[in-house]
Amino acid sequence: MKALVTVIGHDQIGIIGGVCTKLAELDVNILDISQTVMQDCFTMMMIVDISTSGKDMETVSSLLKQYGDGRGLNIRLQRTDIFDAMHTV
Amino acid sequence: MINIGNIIETIQMIDRQHLDIRTVTMGISLRDCAHSDAEKSCARIYDKITRKAENLVKTAECIEREYGIPIVNKRISVTPISLVAEASETDDYVRFATAMDKAAKTCGVDFIGGYSALVQKGYTVGDRKLIASLPEALSVTDIVCGCVNVASTRAGIDMDAVAEMGYTIKNIALLSKDKGCSGCAKFVVFANAVEDNPFMAGAFHGVGEPECVINVGVSGPGVVYHALQSVKGESFDVVADTIKKTAFQITRMGQIVAKEASERLGVQFGIVDLSLAPTPAVGDSVARILEEMGLEICGTHGTTAALALLNDAVKKGGIMASSHVGGLSGAFIPVSEDEGMIAAAKAGVLALDKLEAMTCVCSVGLDMIAVPGDTPAETIAAIIADEAAIGVVNNKTTAVRIIPAIGKKVGDTVEFGGLLGTAPVIAVHPQSSAEFIHRGGRIPAPLQSLRN
Repeated sequence: MKALVTVIGHDQIGIIGGVCTKLAELDVNILDISQTVMQDCFTMMMIVDISTSGKDMETVSSLLKQYGDGRGLNIRLQRTDIFDAMHTV
Repeated sequence: MINIGNIIETIQMIDRQHLDIRTVTMGISLRDCAHSDAEKSCARIYDKITRKAENLVKTAECIEREYGIPIVNKRISVTPISLVAEASETDDYVRFATAMDKAAKTCGVDFIGGYSALVQKGYTVGDRKLIASLPEALSVTDIVCGCVNVASTRAGIDMDAVAEMGYTIKNIALLSKDKGCSGCAKFVVFANAVEDNPFMAGAFHGVGEPECVINVGVSGPGVVYHALQSVKGESFDVVADTIKKTAFQITRMGQIVAKEASERLGVQFGIVDLSLAPTPAVGDSVARILEEMGLEICGTHGTTAALALLNDAVKKGGIMASSHVGGLSGAFIPVSEDEGMIAAAKAGVLALDKLEAMTCVCSVGLDMIAVPGDTPAETIAAIIADEAAIGVVNNKTTAVRIIPAIGKKVGDTVEFGGLLGTAPVIAVHPQSSAEFIHRGGRIPAPLQSLRN
């Protein structure tokens, strides 16, 4: 299943590397990455496929959140349909 | 490809602008629970509710986590109990409310609605017993909500019922006075009640509804308020357009949740109610939207026009975003539940007469308004009659959820807590309406042509 990872927080060295490593540990495949700094805020979104992970969405989500909390980053995992629905007619 | 700006916009709507799904409400028909033995009927009611809604809360919480959208309330609405209980040979209808309360608590939902009667053209035996039991039923239960429909455009206004509602509301307040008269927050009097409303206190599962259905109510005054801040000083054409676009986004979210919930629960999708439902939280207020349009304080001249624009634009924007729109759909103006309305009422700007005018163009009616505890029952009935007249003549739903705050006077406040908020006690006219109310009978249905 495709899902969206968003990472928001203060810019610091190694965010992308750290998050990618964490995703690799969880056997989550990254399909697309887009990253920018908006209003001094590091903002990254990744489209991922979590079906390769042995864990369910809730577990992956809470492990990512836990990792983010440790680095002062807001990391969330959400299904992608909501963004399509809200921003396309 | 999803645009990163859109993603951030959505996340900010949820995190900072209080965007949420207000309620996922499961409507359950209890028509097959009628039995001549009241005890057996109550057992059937409990069994059916707990069977049908067994997974409602769990499923809603799962959707909440997967999509990252808060779902504030999970609720149940049932067939008006007067229709179900009527078959039972008993005068004690409170036991039906208790069965509902127990079943709802077992399911873990926040509210259950449907302790209701539809009497727009007169009472049946069951209606009479149910209405008589309302004060006790609402005081001995915690999460049961009730409503009575006293008028419709096709039937006119049942003034006998209107009169009785005045006394009923006073009695509900008296029996729940130790709990801040909170029983009145769980009871609403309707004109043109809708059968698929997911919002409380007026939710019930209408007789034309299927066996079981999922209705979803969205929220989002904060998002509209935020969107309007970016078009300061622009014309109303731009304001209306901005509200429409925002309403579309909010409703789309409701549609996704409704579709997902109905699929996972194996229950038919009913409607999305695209209402702007405020909460007492700062930044989640309908009044502040009206003020953002250029009014110094909500309740001043221009408020009705601002609300009319808002209500209409919300409907127009939302209607394309969902396959089935229903319920009350529009902007709610519950005084105690809206931070801006509370402030406007405390400042003495927002008065009952202005609120009545606003109900001509909002989605429902006089909602969560506290009046002095010594307000005569006939005055409350007359307020209901006025509101019913607006609904009946204008072919819209109107409602009255009013709280005679026992022991309190104008300027005091009543604390309900949670989503129900804080109600400043506002003044009613001291002149009597008693003779008018005591006439009884029915006000005939209005003409549907020659409408000027």
